[in-house]
Amino acid sequence: MKTECPVCGAAIELAEGTVVGELLECPDCGTELEVVTLDPPEVKEAPQEEEDWGE
Amino acid sequence: MSKINVSIVGASGYTGGELLRLLLFHPNVEIKQVTSESYTGKFVYKIHPNLRKSSTLKFSSANELEPCDLLFLCLPHNSSQNRIDEFKKLAPKIIDLSADFRLKDAAEYERWYGHKHARPELFNEFVYGIPELHREEMKKANYISSAGCNATASILGLYPLYKNGLVEIDRTVIEVKAGSSEGGNKVNEGSHHPERSGVVRSYMPTQHRHSAEILQELSFGKKISVHFSATAIDIVRGLLATCHVFLKDNLQEKDIWKIYRDTYGNEPFIRIVKESEGIYRYPEPKLLSGTNYCDIGFKKDEFSNRLVVISAIDNLMKGAAGQALQAFNIMHGFDEKTGLEFTGLHPI
Repeated sequence: MKTECPVCGAAIELAEGTVVGELLECPDCGTELEVVTLDPPEVKEAPQEEEDWGE
Repeated sequence: MSKINVSIVGASGYTGGELLRLLLFHPNVEIKQVTSESYTGKFVYKIHPNLRKSSTLKFSSANELEPCDLLFLCLPHNSSQNRIDEFKKLAPKIIDLSADFRLKDAAEYERWYGHKHARPELFNEFVYGIPELHREEMKKANYISSAGCNATASILGLYPLYKNGLVEIDRTVIEVKAGSSEGGNKVNEGSHHPERSGVVRSYMPTQHRHSAEILQELSFGKKISVHFSATAIDIVRGLLATCHVFLKDNLQEKDIWKIYRDTYGNEPFIRIVKESEGIYRYPEPKLLSGTNYCDIGFKKDEFSNRLVVISAIDNLMKGAAGQALQAFNIMHGFDEKTGLEFTGLHPI
């Protein structure tokens, strides 16, 4: 099953047995993604913990 | 396979020393001679102490140079152009790491370097030395002029945007923060430790010579303006170029990802670094020390059409010796990564 990273547009291959809610990382931009649906395959950016990063 | 016999002219400087470090472990290279007028007769490790037990080579005088397969010229700027005939007689191939043969236009050379070039008729014999832009020409080249460090980081960062005509061509601002090794190994009052340590020194707010290379490589036949400033900061190796460009169209970050991926997806030494978590979210020069990578990141300003492109390199590697070796590998049909596999240190 193929879909696209919503951040960088890279092709994402969902392995057999993937379930909704599973977390994976985009191979190109490294963004953590969450599987939203399998039919059609779709992922979204996984929620991140807020960090104090140079604010 | 027989090895390529190479010599380094001007091997006592930082760039020459870095090149020597790389070539000593290259499986297809035999180093014949390394020259230094100041240190003739001395072991190279006396000047480059990291090479202790790696080499028993001694510096020769350039007057003692013998014919070889390829000469690397690591001389100060304005040297090789005055001695190029002598060097051409010694070797059929030359890689010049100085600025002498980077530009293609004599008037531009004079404008940026403040004097007439000694041999402008030779400009077109040299291929400009960024492999990601000129790989096919390098495969057939006998002469390569290695690119400037600040120019390399800036050009590689902006090339996909200019090549695809995506930015306003008169509104590019580049700010480079650079380490002290960019200044070479000649001391001056400004390099004295109490003066140099801790500085954020604006040393070339305008008219940096590397601007000429950036204009040459990004113009694609149009008249463009690039506004370049350089600041010396308290690191030894490495530089960070922060480039501000203005997009013609309202591209989204995903579109920009695709453009960079299309241009650099197969490049062994370019990495797109733009992450949403972790400590190193954008390119960081210190992670690149000793490597030949150019890391490139970007961020679109949500409130305007400004795109900030950030690129980082080790100035002595991708900005000098590493890039020259990459070009050497391409010239000779070797795997481009040979001798350049080091991935850096962490933590450092």
